[in-house]
Amino acid sequence: MRRLLPLGALVLLAGCAGIQSSNGRDGTHGALIGGLFDKFLWTTVVVYLFVMVLLALAIVHGRDNRRGNAGLQGEPPVEAEHGWRSGLTAFAGATTLILAVLAIATWFTDRSLARASANPALEVEVTGNQWWWDVRYKDPVSSYIVHTANELHLPAGRTTRITLKSVDVIHSLWIPNLAGKQDLIPGRKTALELHPLHTGRFRAQCAEFCGMQHAHMALDVSVDDPQAFSTWYAAGLKNPPIPTGGQALAGYLLFQTLQCSSCHNVSGTPASGQIAPDLTHVASRRTIASGTLPANHDGFAAWVQDPQQAKPGNHMPKVPLSPAELAAVTAYLETLR
Amino acid sequence: MNERPDPREYLRDGPDLTGAELDRRLTETWRDAPGFIGWLCSVDHKSIGRRYLVTAIVFLSLGGILAALMRLQLSGPNHHVLSPDRYNQIFTMHGTTMMFLFAVPVMDAMAIYLVPLMIGTRNIGFPRLNAFSYWMYVAGGALLWVAFVVNVGPDAGWFSYVPLSGPQYSPGKRVDVWAQMVTFTEIAALSVAVSMTATILKQRAPGMTLARTPLFVWAMLVVSLMVIFSMPAVALASSMLMSDRLVGTHFFNTYEYGDALLWQHLFWFFGHPEVYIIFLPATGFVSEIVGAFSGRQTFGHTAIVLALSATGLLAFGLWVHHMFATGLPRMGYAFYTSASMAVAVPAGIQIFCWIATIWSGRPRFEVPLLWVVGFIVTFVIGGLTGVMLASVPLDLQVHDTYFVVAHFHYVLIGGAVFPLLGAITYWFPKMTGRMMSESIGRWQFWLSFVSFQVAFFPMHILGIEGMPRRVYTYPASMGWGTLNLLSSLGAVLFAVSVVVFVINMIVSLRSGARAPANPWNAPGLEWATSSPPEPYNFAHIPVVRDSTPLWSPELTFARGLRVEDRELVMTTVLEAKPDLREPSAQPTIWPLVAAAATTVVFIATMFTPWALAIGALPVAVALTAWFWPKDRGPEGEPVID
Amino acid sequence: MATSADPRPSFSTDLEPLPTHAFGHRSLTWWGIIAFFLIEGTAFVLAIAAYFYILDKEQAWPPPPFPPPTMLAGTLFTVLLLLSEIPNTLVKLAAETHDLPRVRRLLVIISLIGAVLMVLRGFELNSLNVLWYQNAYGSAVWMLMVLHTTHIATDWFDTLVLTALMHTDHGGEGRRFVDCSENAIYWRFVWLIWLPIYAMVYWLPRLV
Repeated sequence: MRRLLPLGALVLLAGCAGIQSSNGRDGTHGALIGGLFDKFLWTTVVVYLFVMVLLALAIVHGRDNRRGNAGLQGEPPVEAEHGWRSGLTAFAGATTLILAVLAIATWFTDRSLARASANPALEVEVTGNQWWWDVRYKDPVSSYIVHTANELHLPAGRTTRITLKSVDVIHSLWIPNLAGKQDLIPGRKTALELHPLHTGRFRAQCAEFCGMQHAHMALDVSVDDPQAFSTWYAAGLKNPPIPTGGQALAGYLLFQTLQCSSCHNVSGTPASGQIAPDLTHVASRRTIASGTLPANHDGFAAWVQDPQQAKPGNHMPKVPLSPAELAAVTAYLETLR
Repeated sequence: MNERPDPREYLRDGPDLTGAELDRRLTETWRDAPGFIGWLCSVDHKSIGRRYLVTAIVFLSLGGILAALMRLQLSGPNHHVLSPDRYNQIFTMHGTTMMFLFAVPVMDAMAIYLVPLMIGTRNIGFPRLNAFSYWMYVAGGALLWVAFVVNVGPDAGWFSYVPLSGPQYSPGKRVDVWAQMVTFTEIAALSVAVSMTATILKQRAPGMTLARTPLFVWAMLVVSLMVIFSMPAVALASSMLMSDRLVGTHFFNTYEYGDALLWQHLFWFFGHPEVYIIFLPATGFVSEIVGAFSGRQTFGHTAIVLALSATGLLAFGLWVHHMFATGLPRMGYAFYTSASMAVAVPAGIQIFCWIATIWSGRPRFEVPLLWVVGFIVTFVIGGLTGVMLASVPLDLQVHDTYFVVAHFHYVLIGGAVFPLLGAITYWFPKMTGRMMSESIGRWQFWLSFVSFQVAFFPMHILGIEGMPRRVYTYPASMGWGTLNLLSSLGAVLFAVSVVVFVINMIVSLRSGARAPANPWNAPGLEWATSSPPEPYNFAHIPVVRDSTPLWSPELTFARGLRVEDRELVMTTVLEAKPDLREPSAQPTIWPLVAAAATTVVFIATMFTPWALAIGALPVAVALTAWFWPKDRGPEGEPVID
Repeated sequence: MATSADPRPSFSTDLEPLPTHAFGHRSLTWWGIIAFFLIEGTAFVLAIAAYFYILDKEQAWPPPPFPPPTMLAGTLFTVLLLLSEIPNTLVKLAAETHDLPRVRRLLVIISLIGAVLMVLRGFELNSLNVLWYQNAYGSAVWMLMVLHTTHIATDWFDTLVLTALMHTDHGGEGRRFVDCSENAIYWRFVWLIWLPIYAMVYWLPRLV
C-alpha cells in the first residue's frame, strides 16, 4: 500500500515539463499522444490498485485461513474451486475488455495523428551524421534553399514534413515536445510530421544509439510565429559579409587556407566542404557541435582550440593554432551571423 | 566385480535390494570419479547445474559492478567518471552480460538441477550435451570478459545494430567478440533446450502424466521450445554480421543491395522471445513456491499451462514492437498494438491464479513467499508499462528512453530476479543440505524491494521528461540531476542487498541449519530424496498418482532398474507409462575436449575464416570420440520388440 | 511422508520386463534429433526469409550484370540426392529388422553416394556465377549454399563414422540399429530442406 503514495507524488511531479519533455505537448502530435498517455496512465493505475487490493485481501484472508485451519488443502476437489474458476474467467474477460478499449483508443489517436500529418506547408530534409544534424529547407528553386546545421526553425501553426536520411549509422530524431520519434536509416527514407501549436524553444536529441558521441547529438528547435520565421528564412538566404579588416579578416584567411574549408561550407566564400556542419550563419545559432557548447566567443574559442576536449571522439581533428591564430579564427566565426 | 554377470542376473533395485546396500551400489555406479579430473568429466546434472548457478552468479556480480559504474557516472550532469568510449563499452557489456551470461543461464542452471529431480529421474537426458553446454557457456563468457579487460570490449550495444556494428563504423575486434560470444551462448542454450525437451517428454516418473507435471517443468518445456525456435535467429544474424565484417559479404550493406533493418528483424525475432525465455521460468518458480507455501495445489494448473503456452506462442508475433520508430507501414499498427497487448492476458491469468492460491490456502509467509509477493507488486507495474509500450503512438514517445529502461528492469528484475532469489532460498536446502538464514533473508528482501523501487521508479519519469537511453552524460540544464541521483542511491542500496544475499548463501553453505529431505513440507518429487540428493537421485523411481505426490498418504515405487549400470526408465510422452529402459551416459572428458576445440575454432575465426575449415577436424575427432560406444555397456539383454 | 529412502518402500510397478531399446518416438535420441531438426529447420527458414527480404528490395534478381547460376551441377546434385533416398529407406528398414549384413552393405553405398555428392557440390559452388562479396544477392545465395553444404558434410561424416562403427563388434547391439535408423531420418531432413533451396538458388532468378 505504501508504494502508492510515491506513485501519486511522482505522477504529479511528471506534470512540470521542460524543453525536452513528452509532457510538453506543444505540438498537435505531442498533445494527441499526451492525451492517449493520460488515458493509459489512469487505466493502468486503476488496474494496478485493483490487483494490489486483491493481493492484500488474499494475504489477510490467507492468514485467517491459517489461524482457523480453514481454506483448501492439497489437491482440492473440483467443486470447491467452482467460484474461483468463475472468478478467473471474469478476470481474464475483464483484462481482455480493458485491453480492447485501450487498443481502440490507440487506433483513434493514430487516425488523428495521420490527419494532423496531412498537407504539409513546408518540407525540410534532415540528415543524420555522426554526431550532428544537417538541415536543408526544400524549395523547387535552388537559390531559395536554406542550408543549416544543428538548428531547426519551424513556423507555429503550420504542418512541416521532415524527411529523414542518414549518411552513416541509424539515428533517431526525437522532439518530444512536438511529436514522437522517427529513425533515420541509411538507404531508406523516412518522414516525420510536426505541427507546433505555439512558439517556443525546444530541444531534440538523437534517440538511437549511434556511437561514441550519441550523448552529444542535440538539435536546437525554435518554433517562431510565421512572420519571424520568414525573417529568419530570408536571413538564411543571404551570405554573410566577408570581413574587410582586423582579426576577423586574418581569421577568414586562416579559415580558407587551413583544413577548415575542406570540411565546412560558408556560402559566398571558397569554403565549400560538405562533410561537416554548414557554418554560414553559425554565429546566429544558440549552440555549436550539436548542443555541446554555446555559440559565442568562449564557445568558439574552446571548440576550435581542441574539439576533442568537450566532445571526445568526434570527427573534427585538432588543428594546432597559435593563440593569435585562435583569436583570429574565433573572431571570424563570430562574424558569421 | 570385474566379471560381467549373466545377462539374466543383473542386480536390480527392489524389495530384495534396498536401503544401505542399494545406496552403496548405486553410489558406486552413479558418482563422479574423485579428484579434479573426475570433476572435469562429470555429467551429473546436479554438478553441472551447481556450476551453472555459481558461474551465473559470478556474471551477475560482474554485470552489477558495471551497473554501479554507470549509475555513478549518471548520478549527476556532466560527470567524468568514465570516458564516453568506456561508458559505451560498459553499457554494452552490462546488457550483454545480464542477458546472455546471467539471465538465460541462471534459469537453465535451476532447471538443469531441478527438473530431473522434479520428474523423478536419475539424470538429465543427453548428460554429455549438457556438460558440453556448460563449457561452451564458460568459454563464451570468458572470451567476452577477457576482451573487455584488455579494452576490446564490444561497444555497439547489446543489440549491435548495423551499420554501427558493421565493418565501417566498428573497425577492430570489439564487435567480433560480441558476435562470437553470442554464438557460444546460443550453442549452450540450444544444447540445454534439447536436453530439457527430451528429458521432460521422455523421462517423467511412471504415472506423471502431462496434467500432473509440475508447473516449473511445464514452464521449462515451453521455454525450451521457445529457445529452439528463437535462438537460431540470433545465431544466423550474428553469423551474417561476422561474415559482413570478416569476408566482405553485404547482408546489411545498403550500398550493395543489403539492408540495415534485416538485422533488426532477425535480432528481435530472437530478442523478444528472449524476454519470455527469462520470464517464464520465473513464473514457474512462483507457481511452485505459491503452492508449497499455501499448503495447496496451485490454483488453475490447466489455466497456467495454457497461459504459459499462449505466452510462448504470442512472443513470436511481437518482435516488430521494438521497431515502431523505423517507419513501418501504418496499416499494420493496429495489428502490432493488439498482438503486443494480448500478452497481458496470459500474464494476468497467472497472477490471478497465484493470488487465488494464497487467498484460498493457508499461506506461510516465509522468505520464498515474501519474494513472490514482492514479485507481484513489482512485476505488475512492469506489465502495465508494457501495455503502454504496445501502443504505437505511446511507444514513439517513450521508445529508447529511460521509461523503457525502467519498464524492462521492472520486468526482468521484478519479474525474474525476485522469483529467482525466492527460488534459490526455497531450493537451497535441497541443493546443499542446509537452510539459508531466515532472518537475514527477511531483512535482505525488504532492502532489495525498497531499494529497487528507489532505483528504478524515477526512471519512468526521466524517460517521460525526455532522457534518452545510452547517453554517457547529460547537460545540467535538463533538470534530470535529482532523479538520477535518487536512482543512483537506490541502485547502490540494491547492489548491497544482492551482496547480502550472496553472503547469506555462502555463510549458510558453511553453517546453516541442517535440512531434512523435505524442510518446507512441499509436495514435489524433488523433496522425496535426501538433501542434497545422492548421485543417483532416487533409490527407487517413484510412481506418481496426482500432482502433489508428497502430500499423498503413501508414495509407491517402481522396481527393476539395473543397479550396476546407469539405467533410466523412459515413459510415454502423454501418459508417462513405463516403456523402455535406456542407458545413461558415463562421465567422460570428451565434451570438455569438444568444447575446447570449438572454442579454439571460434576464436581463430575472428582472425581468419580458414580457421573454420582447419578447425573442423579436431572438433570432428572430439565429437566422434564422444559418441563412440566405450564398451558393450548395458546391452546384451535379449532384444524385446 | 514418504521418501525414496524409506526403509520399507512399497512397490507398485516393475520395470524389469521393459525392453532396452526401441525405434522412433519411443527412444530418447529420436526426440533429441527432432529438436535438432527444429533448430536447423528454423535456421533454414530464417535464411530463406532473409533471402526473400533482400530480394524484395530489388528491381532485378539477380542484380545486373550477374547471370543466374548455371543449372547443370546443381540439377545433377539434386537428382542424385533424391535417388539416395532409395538406399536410405532400405537401410532404415534393414536396421529396424536388425539385418546387420544388409545394413553394412547399404551404409557403404550411402557413404560413396555422399562422396559423389560432395564432389558435385564443389562443382555447384563453382557455377553460381556470383561471389559472396560482390553484392547482397551473392551473399544470400552463398549463405544458403554454405548452410546446406554444412549439413551435407556433417551427415556424410556421421554416415562414415556409423559405417565404421557398424563394421566393428558394436554393430550387433540393438541400440546401434536405432542409431542407423535415426541417421536415416536425419538424411531425409537434409534432402527435404534442399528442395526449396534448389528452387530459390536456381529457378527463382530465372522467374522473377
